[in-house]
Amino acid sequence: MELLQQLHRGDSRSIGRAISLVEDQDPAAARILAGLDQTRIEQSLVVGITGPPGVGKSTLTAGLIRHLRDQNQRVGIVAIDPSSPVSGGAILGDRIRMMAHALDREVVVRSMATRGRLGGLCASAGAAVRIMAASGCQTVIIETVGVGQTEMDIIRLADMTVMVLAPGFGDDVQAMKAGILEVADLLVINKADQPGADKLALDLGAVFTDTADRDLRLLRTVASEDRGLDMVLDRIMLMAKQFRQDNTLQKRRQHSFALETMDWAMEMLRPKISGLIAPGGKTDPRLAAQEIVKKLGQESSQ
Amino acid sequence: MAQQYRVLIGKPGLDGHDRGAKFIARALRDAGFEVVYTGIRRTAEEIAASAVQEDVAAVGLSSMSGGHVRLFPAVIEALRNAGAGDIPVLGGGIIPDEDIEPLKQAGIEAIFTPGTPIETIIEAFRSACRKHHSHRS
Amino acid sequence: MTAKNPAHQEWIDNELAESLARFPERKDRFTRHGEQVVPRLAVPDEINDRYLEDIGFPGRYPFTRGVQPTMYRGRLWTMRQYAGFSTAAESNQRYRYLLDQGQTGLSVAFDLPTQIGYDSDDPMSLGEVGKVGVAIDTLADMEILFDQIPLDKISTSMTINSPAMILLAMYIAVAERQGVSSGKLRGTIQNDILKEYVARGTYIFPPRPSLRLITDIFRWCAEHAPQFNTISISGYHIREAGSTAAQEVAFTLANGITYVQTALDAGLELEVFAKRLAFFFNASSNLLEEAAKFRAARRLWARIMKNRFNAADPASMMLRFHTQTAGNTLTAQQTDNNIVRVTIQALAAVLGGTQSLHTNSRDEALGLPTEDSVRTALRTQQIIAHESGVADTVDPLAGSYYIEQLTDGIEHEAVALLNRIDDAGGVVACIESGFIQSLIEDASYRYQQEIEQGKRIIVGVNEFRVAEEKSVPAMRVDARVEEQQIRRLAEVKSGRNRHDAANALQELERTAGSDSSLMEPVMAAVRSYCSLGEICNVLRKVFGEYRR
Repeated sequence: MELLQQLHRGDSRSIGRAISLVEDQDPAAARILAGLDQTRIEQSLVVGITGPPGVGKSTLTAGLIRHLRDQNQRVGIVAIDPSSPVSGGAILGDRIRMMAHALDREVVVRSMATRGRLGGLCASAGAAVRIMAASGCQTVIIETVGVGQTEMDIIRLADMTVMVLAPGFGDDVQAMKAGILEVADLLVINKADQPGADKLALDLGAVFTDTADRDLRLLRTVASEDRGLDMVLDRIMLMAKQFRQDNTLQKRRQHSFALETMDWAMEMLRPKISGLIAPGGKTDPRLAAQEIVKKLGQESSQ
Repeated sequence: MAQQYRVLIGKPGLDGHDRGAKFIARALRDAGFEVVYTGIRRTAEEIAASAVQEDVAAVGLSSMSGGHVRLFPAVIEALRNAGAGDIPVLGGGIIPDEDIEPLKQAGIEAIFTPGTPIETIIEAFRSACRKHHSHRS
Repeated sequence: MTAKNPAHQEWIDNELAESLARFPERKDRFTRHGEQVVPRLAVPDEINDRYLEDIGFPGRYPFTRGVQPTMYRGRLWTMRQYAGFSTAAESNQRYRYLLDQGQTGLSVAFDLPTQIGYDSDDPMSLGEVGKVGVAIDTLADMEILFDQIPLDKISTSMTINSPAMILLAMYIAVAERQGVSSGKLRGTIQNDILKEYVARGTYIFPPRPSLRLITDIFRWCAEHAPQFNTISISGYHIREAGSTAAQEVAFTLANGITYVQTALDAGLELEVFAKRLAFFFNASSNLLEEAAKFRAARRLWARIMKNRFNAADPASMMLRFHTQTAGNTLTAQQTDNNIVRVTIQALAAVLGGTQSLHTNSRDEALGLPTEDSVRTALRTQQIIAHESGVADTVDPLAGSYYIEQLTDGIEHEAVALLNRIDDAGGVVACIESGFIQSLIEDASYRYQQEIEQGKRIIVGVNEFRVAEEKSVPAMRVDARVEEQQIRRLAEVKSGRNRHDAANALQELERTAGSDSSLMEPVMAAVRSYCSLGEICNVLRKVFGEYRR
């Protein structure tokens, strides 16, 4: 199919369309996903960038893009914003900070909305990442806002995760301190020239048990002035190398494969299940669900 | 689930008055659209390249400085050059009546002037998207 | 003259007496009709501490009632219509027309390429040359713009921010050629970059170097142009972007605080530069809220200067401001209604004690105003000044229960916002995190939704509509202006001393990379006919560009 050929040649239009077809669960999606260049996907590096709103993630992402371009890499960015729970619409504004690269054909940006799906977003975002990788992006960045469960799930699609924080966002840190190192491979204190940065560094430093580990994983940047970004990129690359050597990368990909598979399965079952729910059912919802699962099982064994 | 439409709202040219653009973006969001907003001071080429990457079903442009005569058609041309001449372009802002016909001739799908009810604008985007999606895949 | 109250008497003997000695009033007597005399200042019979603390006397801290003791009885506000379009020659014609019509100050509108530091031949300038203001590429354009306008006789306000230093340098160079020294120049440059990041969008460089340019201007003017207002801290555009009245006050004063702090950090003398700070507010349609807003802003700024910055000289605490009626209230429907809106808004500004005023023209929702509609707008001010009687007594609204409550309420709301900004690390941090922008957007969206849903009536738009043809003769800028301007620029470049121009740019680049003041090298570059775009490109190279 022509779309696939064009996509692998790096054609913007085809990449954009392919992602849409998958996101909208178009019948063509299966063929697209089956035809992606697996070698390119395996060789690519997927970096998750997350953190509370206002810490400067997009500015940091834009800075990393610049540095990656200096190394002549083709870069993909999947930027995710929340959908309005009321209308289902969304404003996707992360692209604004990346407009400096708008005319660079080697920088592929796709904004996506969470679309209020329970899990389906991981599936769509994962597909977008792989489409970009197949189009030749050596590095793909997934950017999400916030530190909630959805964001954490999305970020598990990444081979490694950078958590961005800034002075003045201490409460967010406090709330998640305990689990922070399980989620984040690198902790970046952005706006490190502002008052409160030292205190934040101290707070975050205390999360580590090992000072060598801390010095490796806790970094300071002023993304708006391009300070410290080269260091962040160095560390990303260093970790990527290490992760490939000690099989971490492989394990994480297996994990995200399972996660996405579950998502897709749930997405595909959803309409079927919803068709099986009897209107105005009289029994308990849990019992009704059991009945449906039983029916689905019978159907598939027929 | 209803079809989810993606649109792009852009401000070509140098004017920084984005109150109108932001209002439209929010109103479209509240009507269920996914809206990519590309910010102020963009060239026609930047807007076109973004529209292509984001695979939007329609592009909305806003201009308050009088630059629309040159800038709106420039976006149409940039989209064509990017192989995306099929993406409909809608425009709004301070646009004198006598400019409307020439802009439509140049390929602008619809023009909105101060005082156009927001429902009219939303409906225009919806029908532009519907049309575009029907030719898609 | 004797007063019942000793505090009042003390004011009469001091501030008032000094003021009258220096600036006599416009008339010997102000009367309503016959022998009915209008009092200069009405005060309550009982003056208590609370009155002195919150309301006080005009020309005295906290300046709630105005910055001068006699206000408009001494001198009317400056009637200053913002104008400029197309080429320097055409704008020059409009200025001379306005001066002939009795306008007392000039206000220059530049086109967007000029405001963002692009020459007319830059690809970014496509379609924008001469559109919303006059195109200025080199000193040669500025010479034509002020041709036959004596710069020692008028005051000139220039709406220019990121490249303010360059346009100021050009203005000074033109004055030199007229034989007018910079010390005699009166006027204002907007020079307020922070609100550009928040609301108006004509930024070029990142915040830090932008703030450096501003302090360099403060420093140079303190010595060489002491009568020039070096900044006009602007809430106008914040309000146009959809903020509330209290947000307008809060964000404007927050920006003011940032400029004062930056200048202090650079070692400038507070009591010198503080007197040259001017403000610029919006007058919207809610008459009483707007009038109270101006009073609240004046009082709050005085308190900030006194308590936060320890200013001692009352002149350093005075908030002097220009007002423009609200462009975003003008409707494209039934455009004559706009004259009425503008009248109410202008009245609010005068009741609030503005120092100068621009009244919008009825057709501005459709495009650039025609000469006829600009004249009507000016006449609106003249009618308020000479016929309405509101200019004959000082702060006529004071003491109204509602007005004083509103004034207090707006001040309190603004203080709460200022505290939030302080807590979040100041204005620059709040701009970068988008905090200020998002508050404005929320307010704007709410307001617009109310109109769309009919909860708020806008006459002629969502109620009281008529079928009409919108064929008001709006002025258009000739499309050939762009070509003309590009040709002129090429001529100037080929006619100048190439060696001088190159040297000047080189020196500019060197200075930009150091800590030294940029004013002198910019003056040199301007005099060598380096273009605005050339100068800005040198600075872009050193400072970087701000994008968002």
